[in-house]
Amino acid sequence: MTTPAAQESVATRVVLILLTAALLIILLVLPLVVVLAEAFRKGIPAALATLSDPDSLTSIRLTLTVAAISVPLNTVFGVSAAWCISRFRFPGRGALVTLIELPFSVSPVISGLVWVLLFGINGWLGTFMDRAGLQIIFALPGLVLATVFVTFPFVARTLIPLMQEQDASEEEAAITLGATGWQMFSRVTLPNIRWGLIYGVLLCNARAMGEFGAVAVVSGHIRGQTMTMPLQVEALFNDYDWVGAFTIASLLALLALATLAVKAALEWRLGRRGSMH
Amino acid sequence: MNVEMRGLTKSFGPTPALNAVDLSVSNGEFLAILGPSGSGKTSLLRVLAGLEFAESGTIVIGGRAMEGVPARERGVGFVFQNYALFRHMTVARNIAFGLEIRPRRLRPRAHEIRDRVASLLDLMGIGDLGGRYPDQLSGGQRQRVALARALAIEPALLLLDEPFGALDAKVRKTLRVWLKDLHDRIGLTSIFVTHDQAEAMEMADRVAVMQAGRIEQVDTPDCLYAEPASAFVHEFLGEAIRLDCLVADGVARFPGLPSAVLPTACRPGAAIALIRPYEIGFIVRPGPAHVVSVHANGPLKRVRLLIGGVGIEVLSPAEGWTPVVGENCDLELSKARVYPV
Repeated sequence: MTTPAAQESVATRVVLILLTAALLIILLVLPLVVVLAEAFRKGIPAALATLSDPDSLTSIRLTLTVAAISVPLNTVFGVSAAWCISRFRFPGRGALVTLIELPFSVSPVISGLVWVLLFGINGWLGTFMDRAGLQIIFALPGLVLATVFVTFPFVARTLIPLMQEQDASEEEAAITLGATGWQMFSRVTLPNIRWGLIYGVLLCNARAMGEFGAVAVVSGHIRGQTMTMPLQVEALFNDYDWVGAFTIASLLALLALATLAVKAALEWRLGRRGSMH
Repeated sequence: MNVEMRGLTKSFGPTPALNAVDLSVSNGEFLAILGPSGSGKTSLLRVLAGLEFAESGTIVIGGRAMEGVPARERGVGFVFQNYALFRHMTVARNIAFGLEIRPRRLRPRAHEIRDRVASLLDLMGIGDLGGRYPDQLSGGQRQRVALARALAIEPALLLLDEPFGALDAKVRKTLRVWLKDLHDRIGLTSIFVTHDQAEAMEMADRVAVMQAGRIEQVDTPDCLYAEPASAFVHEFLGEAIRLDCLVADGVARFPGLPSAVLPTACRPGAAIALIRPYEIGFIVRPGPAHVVSVHANGPLKRVRLLIGGVGIEVLSPAEGWTPVVGENCDLELSKARVYPV
């Protein structure tokens, strides 16, 4: 049987492949190379000096902390939301689906600004928080809130279609066999959605570490205190510290690559056991 | 275990899924719930299992009222239409699931679970499939695994939703015999839902015919066939010829055809007469039935007739009088069952 693809002439195929490769190189590989090359332009010691700078170290620690809080939160939220939407019929279900996607359609700057308006010193709840001695804006809680908001849709969005496609009958079977809600979830639901979940969590993580706009608004740019890695990159860049900026940028890129590597490793390990789903 | 259902009512929006359903199943019985799609039969099964809840009515299983008892505590085995096997577990793990999730003090020892799984696999005739995954099995094998998984928890009651719905005709035939035989061996009270009347009649001790959320009749297959309680049951259980008639003084009058004396009382007025194609007799004299064609079909002849412009098909024994194509004859309708409109 000849597929339509096989009917294309060799020339067309070569041109298409070259075009794709060129686009990949220009759009993905080249920027990565530039980032790394700029970081090491003045040699490895200069790059390492940036990394031992206390402000940079703080930004790395802060980014990892924010991600370590936001990603688990959004994993729980995302799984719960996907569960609700795919397993129950209730009024307002359609509205909930739209609401979950809201952070995708709202500019990240707005996503940051809402928290300032809510918890800022002149915000709706600002005075109350101030009196309670809780600092939200220009502090870690604000950064986490903004990041959670921006990265909320990733897990839910990847799971909803998956769980809608797998109907509830396996879960019902588990219940009739005597499973408690938690046993059903951990032994039946979770293994069935694990690929989608891993994918959603990784996307969520990548965005949580890389988020700039929303975080920039709530951070207040206090050096050595509320600067996450993307903010630190911008600050160093504005200071004409090119090596510093690109070193942090390289580190961010490496974190992204590490995320991809983790995903590939997990797929490989889980794929060896049992059938792939 | 005995099962008692009283006045079960449930609706999805304005349409009743169950409408005051009363049904008793005795210990060890194999009961079929038969009905067209949308008749509420699957809803009834799900309500019994506790996967859905009736708005009113009571269920008692083995003397225990099921009100407020969650599905996982009912001890009811459920075989789903699509089998719902856990796709990421092997066949053996699927079957062991109900035992492995028990709290420690109720859980059999690991080797006991292994033995139980092995004996269930043997009982199902799939002893060598324990290590496979569901997507490596045929439809018939999956059904046996689903059954083994439901039986592993030693349920008080076994429910099967369209157990043969997803199988091809040939496998269905063999599995029917096998399942009936299995039921007779283990004697577990079982209820299965089907839309296939042949399946229900062949396998069940008794059949409950459902329509629009109501139970129209519950009876043994023989009684159901001999004395259908309503026109719906009569037509659902097999081919029937439908004739309009007028009932007066215990006699059904058919326009242009000989009248039939009714064996049981029927309200006077317009009525529907139903008669099976092989219950119609021929009377050798000129009459309103025009013979269109005659086909020999094994021990029976298939005779196509036109009565007043309406075509009907009659089955008549191969021996005896043979209608002649193109001629007219009269019909004998005394075996017709008459239902008021």
